[in-house]
Amino acid sequence: MNIVVCVKYVPDATADRHFEADNTVDRVGVDGLLSELDEYAVEQALQLKEKGDGTDEITVLTVGPEQASDAIRKALQMGADKGVHVVDDAIAGSDSLATSLVLAEAIKKIDHDFVVCGMASTDGAMSVVPAMLAERLGVPQVTFGSQIEMQGKEIRIRRDGDAATEVIGATAPFVLSVTDQSGEARYPSFKGIMAAKKKPVETWSLADLGVEAEKVGLSASWTQVEDTAARPPRSQGEIVTDEDGSGATALAGFLASKKFI
Amino acid sequence: MPTQEAADLIGLTRELVTKELAPPVARAEATETFPRDIFRTLGRAGLLSLPYPEQYGGGGQPYEVYLQVLEEIAAVWSSVGVGVSVHALSCFGLFTRGTEEQKQRWLPDMLSGELLGAYCLSEAHAGSDPAAMRTTAKRDGDEYVLNGAKAWTTHGGHADFYKVMARTSDDRNGISCFLVPADAPGLYADPPERKMGLTGSATATMRFEGVRIPVERRLGAEGEGLKIALEGLDSGRLGIAAVATGLAQGALDTAIAYAKERETFGKPIIEHQGLAFVLADMEAAVQSARATTLAAARRRDQGLPFSREASVAKLVATDNAMKVTTDAVQVLGGYGYTRDFPVERYMREAKVMQIFEGTNQIQRMVIGRALSKDDRGTVSVTKENS
Repeated sequence: MNIVVCVKYVPDATADRHFEADNTVDRVGVDGLLSELDEYAVEQALQLKEKGDGTDEITVLTVGPEQASDAIRKALQMGADKGVHVVDDAIAGSDSLATSLVLAEAIKKIDHDFVVCGMASTDGAMSVVPAMLAERLGVPQVTFGSQIEMQGKEIRIRRDGDAATEVIGATAPFVLSVTDQSGEARYPSFKGIMAAKKKPVETWSLADLGVEAEKVGLSASWTQVEDTAARPPRSQGEIVTDEDGSGATALAGFLASKKFI
Repeated sequence: MPTQEAADLIGLTRELVTKELAPPVARAEATETFPRDIFRTLGRAGLLSLPYPEQYGGGGQPYEVYLQVLEEIAAVWSSVGVGVSVHALSCFGLFTRGTEEQKQRWLPDMLSGELLGAYCLSEAHAGSDPAAMRTTAKRDGDEYVLNGAKAWTTHGGHADFYKVMARTSDDRNGISCFLVPADAPGLYADPPERKMGLTGSATATMRFEGVRIPVERRLGAEGEGLKIALEGLDSGRLGIAAVATGLAQGALDTAIAYAKERETFGKPIIEHQGLAFVLADMEAAVQSARATTLAAARRRDQGLPFSREASVAKLVATDNAMKVTTDAVQVLGGYGYTRDFPVERYMREAKVMQIFEGTNQIQRMVIGRALSKDDRGTVSVTKENS
């Protein structure tokens, strides 16, 4: 079975976040990487492939600026087989709806049996692209899987919710998204780094996908970020001074007021 | 970095050391626990075999790249950095002097990290003068019988194989090299040394009591042992220079982070010139250690003689690491002197780097002898790769 893994190139979450004048995330002037949540998707795809008969092929798909090829390269180093990078200036500023359109049109052009995504991006954190993709492709959505089992074309996942744990099944083709509980992502190896050099990566534009530029980008997006603000600096916590033996009571009162005890 | 793969390799190393080495380092060093699993992780990622050819499972990388990976490892955990360097050195004789059959048989498992290596040269009375060694290997039919004791063996008691130098004749240089498996009957490890630093790395005396080794485990010809040992040491010195550079970088990073945060007289201490100058000198020391080490590595990569340059690199990098780590304690003040901050550990770790892999007095001797044979310093123009 052939698998498409959708991955996103995101700003390094450990670094400072900056925004452009139009309130979109600055993706050019900062260090970026393969979204850590998408590493879990690559990992699950690799595990499914390893359980297969050896004929499966994993294609890594990303939509993003030039540097987003770094995210593809990392996934190839982990063990994916080939990459597709959709890059087009008109895509900049796309919201999840527009992004899912580009992804869906690209997926249609790739020979595949099912699609794997991460549970969310570490920058936008919307969690909606997998569901949108499923709608656009007209296939079942099997999302937020923390445990994934597959037999032939049948998939069963466990979805851990606050109130209940659900077991969801589907038959390929489908769109699967996996959580950070699905299993630690592997490190690339040095051999993987060398092997990735020889793996094919195709670059497609909107024209290659037959998507009109007016349907994507900031102006075509249904949602718009109106304002961004830096997180306020951490304020000093409350200090309980014990002068007359009442400190413990004050401390307990504080914890109770915050519902910790 | 010369190539994209090399840059990616450094990226992989940083990710690995941040996620796998940084969390356990303080506890493992405090409890003197040898992190055998870390070496398996590094081996699986291919980081233990970088300077060896691909046909034996190596990474085929130049020393210039390998040493920078080693530096990144040591910047987070110098015991592991030393271990990687020792492991690489323990594979060296097999690679340079082993027969093709020997290499095919043992090298892939050694380079993958499934087997961890150690190196037995020094003896209690024979450190800087290894030719004074007394451990013997007497030929008996198709076997050698080893008797004696080898001191200061890094990974002693934990390694899967030992590269051992032992005397096969009474000539001063009548020494041969053997690859001894850890499970050979008669091979014992003493309890580990109680060291000042590098406490996460086990160091022990290895005792050979009638250890019988088949002839096919001898590397090179009889009498070539000392040559094999000394050849390896030049490369080992580059490894230790890189480890010392990493250690110093780690100490400097800690000192800078603290100096930006800690305030006195109403401003961060890094804004006080007296303190900033200390940090500036530390930065200069780290950069010059790195530059000297990589300059020697490039000569090695080009096939030029590099023995003198390796000694210079070892001398400069380890003396600088001692100075930088001592200054890091100074920058952190009283806190730096406590075991709640890592800099006092860095300082203890730096000290041994001036001692092992040839004391810095021996390095000066090597450099001095080279100068007496040739009155020029290192030629600064080297041939281009063609």
